[in-house]
Amino acid sequence: MAPRGGAWSWLTTRDHKRIGIMYLVLTSAMLALGGFYAMAIRMELLTPGPTVMEAQTYNRMFTLHGVIMILLFMIPAIPGIFTNFFLPLMIGARDVAFPRLNLFSVYLYLAGALIAVYGMIQGGADTGWTFYTPYSTTTVTKVWPILLGGFTLGMASIVTGLNFIVTVHTLRAPGLTWMRLPLFVWSSYATSVIQVLATPVLGITLLLVAVENVFGFGVFDPARGGDPVLFQHLFWFYSHPAVYIMVLPAMGVVSEVLQAFARRNVFGYKAVAFSSLGIAFVGFFTWGHHLFTSGQSAVDAGIFGVLTMFVGVFTAIKVFNWTATLYRGSISFQTPFAYAIAFIFFVVFGGMTGVALATVALDVHWQDTYFVVAHFHFIMVGGTLTGFLAALHYWWPKMTGRMYSEKWGLVAAVFIFLGFNFTFVPQYLLGNAGMPRRYYSYPERFWALNVASSAGASVLAMGFVIVLAYLLLSLKYGPRAAANPWGSRGYEWMTPTPPPPENFLGQPTYPRPAHDYREAHPGQEGH
Amino acid sequence: MSTSSEHVAHHFPDLETQAHAARLGMWLFLATEILLFAGLFTAYALYRMLFPSAFAGASGLIDTRMGALNTVVLITSSLTVALAYHFSRQGRGRAAAALLLATIALAGVFLVVKYVEYAHHIGAGHLPGRYYRYPALDVPGAAMFFTLYFLMTGLHGIHVVAGMGVLAWLAAGAWRGSYGGEYSTPLELGGMYWHLVDLVWIFLFPLLYLI
Repeated sequence: MAPRGGAWSWLTTRDHKRIGIMYLVLTSAMLALGGFYAMAIRMELLTPGPTVMEAQTYNRMFTLHGVIMILLFMIPAIPGIFTNFFLPLMIGARDVAFPRLNLFSVYLYLAGALIAVYGMIQGGADTGWTFYTPYSTTTVTKVWPILLGGFTLGMASIVTGLNFIVTVHTLRAPGLTWMRLPLFVWSSYATSVIQVLATPVLGITLLLVAVENVFGFGVFDPARGGDPVLFQHLFWFYSHPAVYIMVLPAMGVVSEVLQAFARRNVFGYKAVAFSSLGIAFVGFFTWGHHLFTSGQSAVDAGIFGVLTMFVGVFTAIKVFNWTATLYRGSISFQTPFAYAIAFIFFVVFGGMTGVALATVALDVHWQDTYFVVAHFHFIMVGGTLTGFLAALHYWWPKMTGRMYSEKWGLVAAVFIFLGFNFTFVPQYLLGNAGMPRRYYSYPERFWALNVASSAGASVLAMGFVIVLAYLLLSLKYGPRAAANPWGSRGYEWMTPTPPPPENFLGQPTYPRPAHDYREAHPGQEGH
Repeated sequence: MSTSSEHVAHHFPDLETQAHAARLGMWLFLATEILLFAGLFTAYALYRMLFPSAFAGASGLIDTRMGALNTVVLITSSLTVALAYHFSRQGRGRAAAALLLATIALAGVFLVVKYVEYAHHIGAGHLPGRYYRYPALDVPGAAMFFTLYFLMTGLHGIHVVAGMGVLAWLAAGAWRGSYGGEYSTPLELGGMYWHLVDLVWIFLFPLLYLI
């Protein structure tokens, strides 16, 4: 983005590209803060007994780690940054449908973040990010600002999703039919549907917990006839689909990156596109797999288990089509591609353990152990982070006009891939051996694996420090990027770098499918 | 471009597309509103199933006539807001503004009736959760009924107040002649929102007062 105007012009901008950049700055700061809490947790778990902090501090650390990473980074990051920046470019629109609302979502996000940070400064909550009742309604820690922050962040998320749905429906360029839409647009659309339809339920649920914590109305309090399991139903009705809010956009990124770096049009376009909608749809009917041990009937548990496995089917459809896309492709193994491959690895192993967890008998053994922690970190953290990093590297030249160091990019990718595996593979083993999650101390026999996990986390953190360093350096010292440095045939590369304020110099036309590499297209560069 | 081009934002090709986008956005927003209330309706369904007799008893403590009056008031206000849109489309901005003011007045009547009801319940000890003080109906679940009564009508009341603000802004615009036959989209959207506020009440009334 070319620098135009001062700070005020940024704070009042309605340009979706600038709003994307603002989300990049804000969510990256939150990633760093959440990462800080993660490192604090791994530091504490280096030894079986107390290591560096009190038990109560530890409870706050894992709560804040979860709240920040989920509500302030993984849910808003890819939609806020990359869908904002690239969805209009991909469909030939001059902006999103409601630019003022788009700016409003940034301020809602900022307000939600500030309210949550206020809660942290006041001591933070010790409930875990799941806010389970009745503990969350009786704890003396400052849980209400964090709940209120979550409600506000939910509004930001709804506004963003609503905007994208309307944009795709009304602002596609002439000739750009639904079956021509880039796959990132499809997955963003599916994500937006979940954001709009699931988030309000979380909103009312968080408000109810806050009201109960402050006023004692008794909605979830068994002493007053309330049912804590009702909270679990309402909470997971949002919070399970929320996993797909995090991972579906990353799947869209991977679809784009694999096509661009294998020089192949995607294998099975419709299957990949519709499986996004499939995941979004079936994701609404899986929440009960979080309640296998909460007194849910065996029939309900079985039904929710089977419905959950359908998510695995839709994900597998994507994975098979992605690998078929690579077959006989002309692959250039560059940083975005490396992260896309890492994404497939994490999603396959996280997904397979997810299918295992969806079987009731196995879940009872793994419930609330580190096995679950490792599973959801693989699927939603491994998936979202690699998707985020693939997008960041793939689109960095278009967003900033600069090239980053390819060599350091690959070095950091190796750090992150290995660090992630060394952090979470030991946690699978710990969980299977019976170590419960959220515990402050553990028996001696779990020591070695915990040390391995903490060591892996350090490598992972190092990887992120390297990424931050070379990306920041590239802003000043990186060579100027061409309009299309990868030779990609994604639609978003048809505009100059940096994109002009209204995105295109004229009305773009779409005579060929996105990522059509079958024949040479002279004049494609700098269209 | 016709005279309406001043209303078309730079990124829309024409007024029709822009109005379509605005309507679609409004429908999605209304869906989020329904899902916001859905959490409370779910809680109501569960606790009504768990405490059928306590809910029936507690429901007898609230005045059906007041609820019926407010139902008539809100349905009438839906008529006035629909007529306001109708007149605005015909270019009669002053008539539209007058009807919007009538809608606001009806919303005010609704809130006054609600205030009378709330005052009665607070005085009688028909209160949520741990504040419940009503010895004549001292059964498990009665306090839960009033928890839900106050949460549901309270959240609805907040929407009524927000709606009054929106309607006032629209009335000012209609009075100034900002809307007309080609462009009455803000009035249309505001009307849709007001109908939703009405619709939520139409579900609250039987659930809380009648059954």
